[in-house]
Amino acid sequence: MTETREAAPVVAPGHDYASATAAISDVVLRRKPPRAWFVTFGLGFLGVLVLFYTMGVLVLKGVGIWGVNIPVGWGFDIINFVWWIGIGHAGTLISAILLLLRQEWRTSINRFAEAMTLFAVACAAMFPIFHLGRPWVFYWMLPYPSSTGMWPQFRSPLIWDVFAVSTYFTVSLLFWYVGLVPDLATMRDRVKNKLAKVLYGIGALGWRGAASHWERYETAYLLLAGLSTPLVVSVHSVVSLDFAVAQLPGWHSTMFPPYFVAGAIYSGFAMVLTLLIPLRKLYGMGDFITMRHMDNMAKVMLATGLIVAYGYGLEAFTAWYSPSDFEQTLQRTRMHGPYAPFYWSLILCNVLVPQLLWFRRFRSRLAVLWVISLVVNVGMWLERFVIVVTSLHRDFLPSSWGMYTPTIFDISFLLGTIGLFLACLFLFIRVLPMISIFEVRTLVSPNKERGKGT
Amino acid sequence: MSARMDLPSLRGRPESARGRQYWRSLDELAGTPEFMELLQREFPENASEWHDENSRRHFLKLMGAALALAGVGACTRDPAEPILPYARQPEDFTPGKPLYYATVAPHNGYGIGILVESHLGRPTKIEGNDLHPASLGATDAIVQASILGLYDPDRSQAVRHAGRISSWKAFLDALAPQLEAQRALQGAGLRVLTETVTSPALAAQIRALLQSYPQARWHQYQPVNRDHARAGAVAAFGEDVATHYRFERARVILSLDADFLGCGPASIRHARDFSRTRRVDGPGAAERMSRLYVVESAPTITGASADHRLALAPSGIEQFARALAVRLGVAMDGGASRVPPQAQAWIEPLAQDLEQHRGAGVVVAGDFAPDSVHALAHAINARLGNAGAAVYYTAPVEAEAADQAQSLRELGQDMRAGAVDLLLILGGNPAYQSPDFAEALAQVRHPVHAGLYADETARLCLWHVPLSHYLECWGDLRGPDGSAALQQPLIAPLYETRSALELVAVCAGRPGVPGYDLLREHWRDRLGAEFEAGWRRALHDGVIAASAPAEKAVALRSDPAYPERSQPAGEGRLELVLRPDSSAWDGCWANNGWLQETPRPLTKLTWDNALFLSPASAQHLGLATEDVVELQDGERVLRAPVCVQPGMPAGTALLHLGYGRSAAGRVGDGVGVNAYALAGAAAVGLSRTGRRHALVTTQTHHSMQGRDLVRARDLGRLHEEHEVHHVPEVSLLPAWPYAGYKWGMAVDLNQCIGCNACMLACTAENNVPVVGKDQVARGREMHWIRIDRYYAGGVDQPEVLFQPVMCQHCEEAPCEIVCPVAATSHSPEGLNEMTYNRCIGTRYCSNNCPYKVRRFNFLQYSDSKTPVLQLLHNPDVTVRSRGVMEKCSYCVQRINQARIRAKNEGREIRDGEVVTACQQVCPTQAIVFGDLNDRGSAVAQAQDSPRTYLLLQELGTRPRTTYQARVRNRNPAMPGGEEVHEG
Repeated sequence: MTETREAAPVVAPGHDYASATAAISDVVLRRKPPRAWFVTFGLGFLGVLVLFYTMGVLVLKGVGIWGVNIPVGWGFDIINFVWWIGIGHAGTLISAILLLLRQEWRTSINRFAEAMTLFAVACAAMFPIFHLGRPWVFYWMLPYPSSTGMWPQFRSPLIWDVFAVSTYFTVSLLFWYVGLVPDLATMRDRVKNKLAKVLYGIGALGWRGAASHWERYETAYLLLAGLSTPLVVSVHSVVSLDFAVAQLPGWHSTMFPPYFVAGAIYSGFAMVLTLLIPLRKLYGMGDFITMRHMDNMAKVMLATGLIVAYGYGLEAFTAWYSPSDFEQTLQRTRMHGPYAPFYWSLILCNVLVPQLLWFRRFRSRLAVLWVISLVVNVGMWLERFVIVVTSLHRDFLPSSWGMYTPTIFDISFLLGTIGLFLACLFLFIRVLPMISIFEVRTLVSPNKERGKGT
Repeated sequence: MSARMDLPSLRGRPESARGRQYWRSLDELAGTPEFMELLQREFPENASEWHDENSRRHFLKLMGAALALAGVGACTRDPAEPILPYARQPEDFTPGKPLYYATVAPHNGYGIGILVESHLGRPTKIEGNDLHPASLGATDAIVQASILGLYDPDRSQAVRHAGRISSWKAFLDALAPQLEAQRALQGAGLRVLTETVTSPALAAQIRALLQSYPQARWHQYQPVNRDHARAGAVAAFGEDVATHYRFERARVILSLDADFLGCGPASIRHARDFSRTRRVDGPGAAERMSRLYVVESAPTITGASADHRLALAPSGIEQFARALAVRLGVAMDGGASRVPPQAQAWIEPLAQDLEQHRGAGVVVAGDFAPDSVHALAHAINARLGNAGAAVYYTAPVEAEAADQAQSLRELGQDMRAGAVDLLLILGGNPAYQSPDFAEALAQVRHPVHAGLYADETARLCLWHVPLSHYLECWGDLRGPDGSAALQQPLIAPLYETRSALELVAVCAGRPGVPGYDLLREHWRDRLGAEFEAGWRRALHDGVIAASAPAEKAVALRSDPAYPERSQPAGEGRLELVLRPDSSAWDGCWANNGWLQETPRPLTKLTWDNALFLSPASAQHLGLATEDVVELQDGERVLRAPVCVQPGMPAGTALLHLGYGRSAAGRVGDGVGVNAYALAGAAAVGLSRTGRRHALVTTQTHHSMQGRDLVRARDLGRLHEEHEVHHVPEVSLLPAWPYAGYKWGMAVDLNQCIGCNACMLACTAENNVPVVGKDQVARGREMHWIRIDRYYAGGVDQPEVLFQPVMCQHCEEAPCEIVCPVAATSHSPEGLNEMTYNRCIGTRYCSNNCPYKVRRFNFLQYSDSKTPVLQLLHNPDVTVRSRGVMEKCSYCVQRINQARIRAKNEGREIRDGEVVTACQQVCPTQAIVFGDLNDRGSAVAQAQDSPRTYLLLQELGTRPRTTYQARVRNRNPAMPGGEEVHEG
């Protein structure tokens, strides 16, 4: 393949305004969804049903249906929470930071990545609520004027989490929606169905494409990008503080915030690749999501993967260098204890396999890239397993050491959220343009040359 | 229907009618005028008219009244029970304030004096009675748990005839002709089978019964008996005497397979006396510290407390005792050559130590050691002048001392011979404990079983009658030292039950006499001149003064016999050791969920028994923990899961009694294997089955990983250093002042013997739920206090270290800062408090607790459905629902009660006024609680000990609970005596 040369375009040559608009909007408006859409959506919906069932049992019986225990008070619940939150990060990074850095290659993938962020955060947000012993009083974590006169306990990182995640979700939603407005107008103008026209029209907020609209839009979008940028760093930093604030060996580490952020971006990009590679093929979007995108994302993965690998190395080094018996025992336990297979799989998935990305040969082979992205997704899940479970299962008093074995309900909750994620994502693809039409138009504009550059 | 109806003519009507005609009633068919009128009118007569003149007024009136009454009716739904208010308030009775009554709890036939806390007439908690010599204010785990038995929903609630529910009247009606028939035979076909009877009143009743039926016989049997001790005493002294120990006077103690600290009713007193010799703080105390040598065939908590412990197979122990006796010049025949090699080195230094402490030594032989070991122990004690000093003898405490195994055998012979018509089994479960007996029971024409449960024996008996729980009926019991105490009920029987006393009276021809009268009748002439005053005093004190038998001077026989009883097991066989279980005992507590869930002290096993093998034996046989093996003794076989247990002697297999019940109840059925199947076997063969059985323990790691969690030092280095290296505490914030009280606790690891009593006391006091084997397997047991057990040294003769761990009430509590809703917070007196109804269940606090003492209600563990169990709850402690975290509260309810008392009396809380449940029950007084601001308080003094240290001090949590390091008093001349394992 030659597409991945440095000068490879971010949009395939030969497109003009009309063809770009048609190619993207027709996916929603003209073409029948491919069979794969029905299959994947169906699977996703099945997952949603599993999720509802699991939630029902959970609320009726209690978190005892999971494998959590004393000493391992958190299990799949928090692992999945951190995993999903991390996945969400790619969307914000692509949209906000790359926008501010004027990385125009982002335009073809930002819409999709943002949608992915929203759904991932929605999946993530379920866990902190449903992992509670009494989920029906989750709102006690919110600062509201309560008749009991009680505020949340602000020293707890879980409260910071509530703020971080809810802010993140809100800003991501706004950012995504604001970016959608011009395209909703395009859809409104092109759709034939009356009802759909009304609905797109409502969503388009009366967009007429006037210069004043564009001016305000640009300002608002830039401001939101500015708002989102710190969130990319803050959300996962705060999530990492859930662990770092505790004094448990394996959690109590000053390195956690940057290490978690890098991990989040790593897993986010992996998830974008996992989803885009098949979708691009399925919907023939190769003209807009080019090998240039793939190449760039692979490079981001490689870079963040190296940061994460550095993190693993530093953890081991700190344990060895420190005089703390607890830290050293923990590191030994990770490497040689009952959960050692998880640790070494993690090293394989997150450190060794991604080294293939150094080579253009592998970056340019979509099948290889796709497999690597899947491996990284698994690896990042394992990382959270290693952090949460192996740290907890053997801490200070050997008398209290225990084991953690997930139950069928742990697995069904995870599968359920994956189902929810897929279902939402495929609904999104079905009803909204998955690539930002108007931004692609700027790339194919004959007046502008910058679309060709980096 | 009209009376004029003519049925014959009616019968013809349908035929005569044309077409299909349907009739609604015979009236219609008859066409009576009344019916015709009814057909015409839409409503029955007077229904369609409203005769009231003021019909609208009437309507409104009714509506108004209905509305008003509807409001009243909506207030509450009254319970459908009669509520009887007190016409006159009982004396000393304030709702919300518990009352305490003294009574006595049976434990293997002997009485332990207790005080029972009663809330509004329902007993909720048992405390020791400090006036009773067997208790001195403490109890053991089993007595603590016995209150659950009162409310056990599986208790027998009705008379049963051939398995069907019947009535007392039917039973009495059926019994009368049988007794009548026996009267004619002078009772030749009447047998009474009881367990060990120490109750003077019951014994008198039975003797009276035997007088009316001179040919009748009284048998006694319980599996945990003193047959060997009895035979040993007869062998040594020529008569049966009870041996008692004054451990507080002992400087050197040798246990020959005796678990005197952890097994049986006497152990509570023994533990207290022993612990007094182990106190090392204070002037001169360290010099008086006793030294404990233990030679045992099963790991026990006594062995864990030993300064020198030797694990030997039962046959080895006998040889050891013999060799020691020879060395001390007691026995002639040596056989020293057969003493196991590792024991050889023990004899000389041990003998010297014993000789150096003449009169201040004790040699204790265990109840399960053969009679020859008992006889040798008696001889050694006599030789060294210990008898009469630290050891003394009295007449047997039981009302009718007997060789119980022989007694049961004779009864079985009579039964098989068909000589028994009417068998009255009074308590006990012999059909479960003896398969032979169960077989023979079929030959009895009229077997009657009286017991708390409709158990295995009840199922084989024609009649089963339910006995009252000891908290429900009058009675009396003698303690292990012989002191008698009255057993007064705390509550009227929950079901239609009778006491044993009443039942025997029925057989003696005195039906309907209440137990109260029978008891008073017995004691009328025995409580001194002023009966009423003496009676009241006995009830108040919970013990009858000077009722113990007098010390008895005994002389060794001139020709004491020490016959050889045990032989080493043959090739490929293991010596079998059967012991009562610390939880199920002989099986009578099998249905007690508290006891089942309490980890056994050394093995930490719950909800099971297992075949314990030494690591060496297991390795030799290629077995691992959880492998199921088949044990053979001739025709008899038993399958049991293996558990590899450090400290077991090689070539020995240990099984605990009391499991494998089939009719215990919902809790105890099918738990473990029935060791009685091999009762009497000295050695067993063993073969693997290839199956596995999951054993659930609460502790899976047994080494301290080189961490100094339980600290121990040798006596010689007692004052060398302080455990705590006082590091200046650096903080940006000023220290909290704690103006008022500052609660704290000290746990002396040198006193703790790991007996589990505190766990049960905490369970009872704090409404701690039972979660079951499955949940314990998932690591979800709910105990607020646990006893960590670590091993040090090699696996064959490990040193065992116990450490009770409950919430440490850290000054800088890691749990508090991470709770998002402030459900766990610090009180102004330094308690780390849990607010259950604020907790949302994030479990973050537990994750951040380095001591892992927090317990989470993963499911709805507390039984809120079984009505009778609701009576058990302590009303001062919240019953937790699912989804909330809980943990030790330092018994905050007791602090608050003391606070209220003190405020009412306008004073400060006194030192010793707040006693936590774990502290109160502790037989060795290892736990001290109080106000740290009061420098004179017991806890402040205890914390000033140079042995004081903080658990995980390096984390900076600054716990309020401190530990005092354990001290070993090793004999430097002993093998391994100079070796110092630093914990």
